[in-house]
Amino acid sequence: MGSKLIKRMLVVMAVIFMVSTYAFGGEVEVLHWWTSGGEAKSVGVLKKQLENEGHTWKDFAVAGGGGDAAMTVLKSRAVAGNPPTAAQVKGPQIQLWGDEGVLANLDDVAKAENWDQLLPKVVADVMKYEGSYVAVPVNVHRINWMWANPEVFRKAGAQIPTTWEQFEEAAKKIQKAGFIPVAWGGQPWQEATVFEMIVAAVGGSDFYRSALVDTDSKALNSATMVKSLEILKMIKSYTDKGAPGRDWNLATAMVIQGKAAMQFMGDWAKGEFTAAGKSPGADYIAMPAPGSSGQFLFNVDSFIMFKQKDPEAIKAQNAMARLILQPEFQEVFNVNKGSIPVRLGMPRAPFDDPALRSMNAFVASASSGGLVPSMAHEMAVFPATRGAIMDVVTDFYNSDMSAKDAAAKLAREVEAVR
Amino acid sequence: MADLSLSHPKGFFDYLEDAIPKLVLAPTFLAALVFIYGFILWTAWISMTQSALLPNYRISAGYRITTKALTKMKNEGVSENVLTKLRILEKHERTDKKSKFLRDVKKQIGAEQLRIYQDVILTHSYSHDLFIATCIALGLILAIFLDQRIRAEGALRTIYLYPMALSFIVTGAAWKWILNPDLGLERLVRNLGFAEFNFDWLVNSDMAIYTVVIAAVWQSTGFVMALFLAGLRGIDEAIIKAAQVDGASLPRIYLRIIIPSLRPAFLSTVIILSHIAIKSFDLVMVLTRGGPGYSSDLPATFMYAFAFNRGRLGFGASSAMMMFFAVMAIIIPYLYSELRKTRYA
Repeated sequence: MGSKLIKRMLVVMAVIFMVSTYAFGGEVEVLHWWTSGGEAKSVGVLKKQLENEGHTWKDFAVAGGGGDAAMTVLKSRAVAGNPPTAAQVKGPQIQLWGDEGVLANLDDVAKAENWDQLLPKVVADVMKYEGSYVAVPVNVHRINWMWANPEVFRKAGAQIPTTWEQFEEAAKKIQKAGFIPVAWGGQPWQEATVFEMIVAAVGGSDFYRSALVDTDSKALNSATMVKSLEILKMIKSYTDKGAPGRDWNLATAMVIQGKAAMQFMGDWAKGEFTAAGKSPGADYIAMPAPGSSGQFLFNVDSFIMFKQKDPEAIKAQNAMARLILQPEFQEVFNVNKGSIPVRLGMPRAPFDDPALRSMNAFVASASSGGLVPSMAHEMAVFPATRGAIMDVVTDFYNSDMSAKDAAAKLAREVEAVR
Repeated sequence: MADLSLSHPKGFFDYLEDAIPKLVLAPTFLAALVFIYGFILWTAWISMTQSALLPNYRISAGYRITTKALTKMKNEGVSENVLTKLRILEKHERTDKKSKFLRDVKKQIGAEQLRIYQDVILTHSYSHDLFIATCIALGLILAIFLDQRIRAEGALRTIYLYPMALSFIVTGAAWKWILNPDLGLERLVRNLGFAEFNFDWLVNSDMAIYTVVIAAVWQSTGFVMALFLAGLRGIDEAIIKAAQVDGASLPRIYLRIIIPSLRPAFLSTVIILSHIAIKSFDLVMVLTRGGPGYSSDLPATFMYAFAFNRGRLGFGASSAMMMFFAVMAIIIPYLYSELRKTRYA
């Protein structure tokens, strides 16, 4: 009797344990690659907020900056018919996912929370598929920043440049003084980042839009594009030999340590300076990249929402979408990550000086037409087109192709993948 | 010899005993059939479709409606209704490599994109040949030297074979540091006093692919050496003694007797090395990430980029099938010629 009873009790206990993991209130499974310190803390805030409302958060973090691994995992889950509740996808990829017919409609939440009023139109359009919201934006990064070490400039007797002509003069002086003028990371996405800053500066917002957003062949194979490519090649002579393959944060470290004078990188570089204990204005200067002070090349991270069957899960999904765009999360997330809130009209107190200048530029450029999506950061064109542009730019930068040939090749390659 | 015939008629368990080897191998065989050959066929199917982000099983239509054509139709008065339907049809039929060939209007521009891929596979195929040839040459030399019944043979064999135990990722990372001009070999030799020593192959567009060859050869030579050593040890001493009696010199013995009798080892080596070469992806990703620009891109990295990063699954699948055909083109004739002849022990 003893052992039989124990066996039966064990079976009952096992069944109870299996059943008791069933969560009441919906569960949100979120795929993201925000695994480093500040980012993970920010994601933790959203998790707590959701749990306060009675839902559960199932984290599905796939490390690997840029999200290559995460995207592959997402595709296999989607093919298996079991996509997560939300995934960190941005830019035109949202449209590609919409084409597959797996995204949920967030219009109820959008209307209740008045998203059309809270987001600039350029950003809202990226979040919509065929007129309905399918994704919720989290933050805004500005790409066209220049990070300078004022000490190096002072020692070299050079001025921090505001145009590309001034850049060349300053770089020559810095090189003569024995420093490296530009801290460069020789990876295709970094080369493409600087390339698009130059295109925006040289051609203006309208040219940027027709060349790198609409990918018009005439704009790609134009004299303005040739001039932009020549400036890009010119920068190469002011970088060091170890540049190819260098990660962006190692290049930032060169500026922090005073080995190099400046780096052209997006606002996430600020996190490196802050982590090294440097203060803006005194230890480093953050300025818009030469010639692009009126332009705001944006990169908006967003979560896309997949269609769910379970009504509890739908409720939890809507709660997540709502919470992301509410002021509390916007403030905590962006203060920790170094970006600025995508929600317009946020209180300005918690943000530091570069962030405040960025927020001002965001609003100003939204009305002036200088708010343009970043091509290099997958905001402007489909992945295949972006890949084609990046192939040509990186090949041009690393070989002795002429600027004219490169511009012609750009137009051809983009046509080929259209 | 003992009589092994059974004293009773064959029962169920005897049949079972005979069938045990087949039963044990059956799951593996089935898995290989489905997951390797079945999915090769799946990839072949996908390569003929318009798959973009996720697999889409409709075989491609073979033509494309461009925005230019749509504008022309609009100017000629085609109704908005029809144009919208055409736009939707177009959206669901993203281009892939096959349909580009069939489009006569954009054939020139379509071929341009294909040409990047051809550039990669044609200009970097020599790196595969270089890798295989170098591995075989070095492996054979090392095996011949080790076969001379030297004292520390066991230890030396282990040392040469050890790199094979590392994963390509580790090899790539280590060689990336060694070949880095600022941190590695170049700096070491410069610090030794040779101020103009240059070894910046890693960051040089023209030479980056050879650094991949160096790292891969370092990893695989030990394995080739082990294969050849086993082959050498299997050669019958009597033939060599007979050749020596006939007055053949040592190089002649090696060239005419020993190396030809290593043909099975050559076959295994070429097959294994070419499969390592074609599928080398992790090594390139860690060592050069495609190199300055895309100068050390290999077919596998190209395929991964297009299939997964650039949302062109159909195009990536086509490039995977191209890799498959390239390997088949080498392996099948070689296999046929090697296995056709009767072998004399």
